[in-house]
Amino acid sequence: MARRRVVITGLGIVSPVGNTVEEAWQNILAGRSGIGAITKFDASTFPTRIAGEVKNFDIGAYLSPKEARRMDTFIHFGMAAGIQAVRDAGLDQEQADAERIGVCIGSGIGGLPLIEATKDEFNGAGVRKVSPFFVPGSIINMISGNLSIQYGFKGPNIALVTACTTGTHSIGEAARIIEYGDADVMVAGGAESTVSPLGVGGFCAARALSTRNDDPATASRPWDKDRDGFVLGEGAGVLVLEEYEHAKARGAKIYAELSGYGMSGDAYHMTAPNADGPRRCIQAALKNAGVNPDQVQYLNAHGTSTPLGDKNESDAIKLAFGEAAHKLVVNSTKSMTGHLLGGAGGIESLFTVLALHHQVSPPTINIFNQDPECDLDYCANTAREMKIEVALNNNFGFGGTNGSLVFKRV
Amino acid sequence: MDNIVERVKKIVAEQLGVNEADIKNESSFVDDLGADSLDTVELVMALEEEFECEIPDEEAEKITSVQQAIDYILANKK
Repeated sequence: MARRRVVITGLGIVSPVGNTVEEAWQNILAGRSGIGAITKFDASTFPTRIAGEVKNFDIGAYLSPKEARRMDTFIHFGMAAGIQAVRDAGLDQEQADAERIGVCIGSGIGGLPLIEATKDEFNGAGVRKVSPFFVPGSIINMISGNLSIQYGFKGPNIALVTACTTGTHSIGEAARIIEYGDADVMVAGGAESTVSPLGVGGFCAARALSTRNDDPATASRPWDKDRDGFVLGEGAGVLVLEEYEHAKARGAKIYAELSGYGMSGDAYHMTAPNADGPRRCIQAALKNAGVNPDQVQYLNAHGTSTPLGDKNESDAIKLAFGEAAHKLVVNSTKSMTGHLLGGAGGIESLFTVLALHHQVSPPTINIFNQDPECDLDYCANTAREMKIEVALNNNFGFGGTNGSLVFKRV
Repeated sequence: MDNIVERVKKIVAEQLGVNEADIKNESSFVDDLGADSLDTVELVMALEEEFECEIPDEEAEKITSVQQAIDYILANKK
């Protein structure tokens, strides 16, 4: 039997650069940074006092106050992006078979702010102050759970946790569920909200974050020689994946085809990157898609703005693509959004799909002096209209976990 | 007395996401106002906070309607 094809029919986003697909995409194309001073807590004693916070977000537009009160913010972001994607795909209007629609939206860390707040309550007044909604409000699979309850989606309901590769793996695994025949539609992506004392504190302690506090908008500068760490972001990106014939039969708008997915493990170090893992991951995705390296035009890189990671990814791309690496346009939208951890693969897959759909590469902003050791075409500072038939998205995570997705024009 | 009734109803409305106008003294949290088991636990916590009291679990289990909540607060308020 031929492999079932998977296409993208809905998009939803909450991000530091906008809380609708249209707003976020216009800001990304214009090269506008979503990074600023941290407002969610008093960060004055922290070495890093900047982040990509979500702004002007009203969960009341999506959920009742009673529902919203019982979910931590990563669930709010995931629900909002999920609801947008479902509406965009028209699934809320369809008489579709609910048992054939599933959800797979993960998070890297989950409800850290609620865990912190609950511990504060506990320290103040003991166990009687622990809310009965503490557990369902903070555990990672509750975006998938709550979204299924909201729409009655009775198909597979799961959530993956693979650090900063969470969103990419969630989309890839959801596609496999459709290919295998366990569902016809999967709502998939990733969400994160850890701009909190322990979230920022933990990454500060790991010396992973940029300390360019005096100039937030230029702090995330992938492949620039003065890059000094990533900038923490928050938000969610969700895609509706759908079996091709199912989408065609109901006349759905099709943004792109998800034609390949690859995974690998570095088996190397808890946090330090390694070029061989990403190389094998990219090659697995290309093989799965049945495309050669020279058929890919656009690559949305993990590109976090860390000194080690950006060079490592450039090296891995050259190993995987060979000569064709120098014809690729490699772009990091994290230069504008910061790093959404488990949400990164969600929003970056979304941007990759839009790059294909609109035939334009977003810019990588803040490349003032390109690192000579990173010698690819990073679409520096200005968006570029270009022909894109095949696009690839990379994400890599702590633990040495890698994921790549290949999208094709339909 | 009236004040306590109002305050109880206000908390019930907030916690259960229902209109205050739909809350009667005889309303049952589960049968009439759509509460589930977690809602009722949280509702008791909110009543404890509002009236600065501690409602033991064995007493809390007996509070299943608005009137029972009012009666408990009246009997136990400081």
